[in-house]
Amino acid sequence: MNIEVLYFLALAMISLGLVLAFIRLVRGPSLPDRVVAIDLVVALAIGIIASYAILFDQPAFLDVAIIIALISFLGTIAFAYYIERRV
Amino acid sequence: MLREWIVAIVMILGAAFMLIASIGLLRMPDLFSRMSATSKAATLGAGLVMLAAALYFSESGITLRVLAIIVFLLLTVPVAAHMIGRAAYFDGVPLWKGTLIDDLRGHYRTSDHQLVRDAAESPEFAIPEGEEGDDFFN
Repeated sequence: MNIEVLYFLALAMISLGLVLAFIRLVRGPSLPDRVVAIDLVVALAIGIIASYAILFDQPAFLDVAIIIALISFLGTIAFAYYIERRV
Repeated sequence: MLREWIVAIVMILGAAFMLIASIGLLRMPDLFSRMSATSKAATLGAGLVMLAAALYFSESGITLRVLAIIVFLLLTVPVAAHMIGRAAYFDGVPLWKGTLIDDLRGHYRTSDHQLVRDAAESPEFAIPEGEEGDDFFN
């Protein structure tokens, strides 16, 4: 069996998780639910980037994962401040 | 050859943890149990997939970069989850109807969001109870 099939299987599992997270993002029902869903989407994006880097032998993509992790942390903190000041 | 199999196994393990985190986010009954499902499992899943990348490339520079990402995730994800959970509690996000005990009830002063030790039943300590679905999509 070709080993690349397993890499594609991992990519497909993460993509299915992305679909489920987007369902929660649309359904809500409250704003913190959506922020948690976006947080999970970012974690899944980091996984997709790492899988893509392995599959196509491109280690330069791992830098993108660093930047996405950094920006998502700042975004979550900003959303938390907004939700807490709103009430 | 053996190394590629190890990479594939670690990668599929990480992807499975991420899928479990997504199912938990979709199926859990209230915000706080959803956060408990996602923040731990998604961190472990992302860390395992990054570890698979480090094993696959097996160069010192890439391994260092992967370790930096994993340490950064382990530091920031709990902080972010705590801040979102705290803000959601002040926002009055409803707990699951099967919840038996809410240890924080009456301990947060709503005027300045400070934690105080003695529980009080005065209206100064009452968190406004939001109802399910108070946002724009439904």
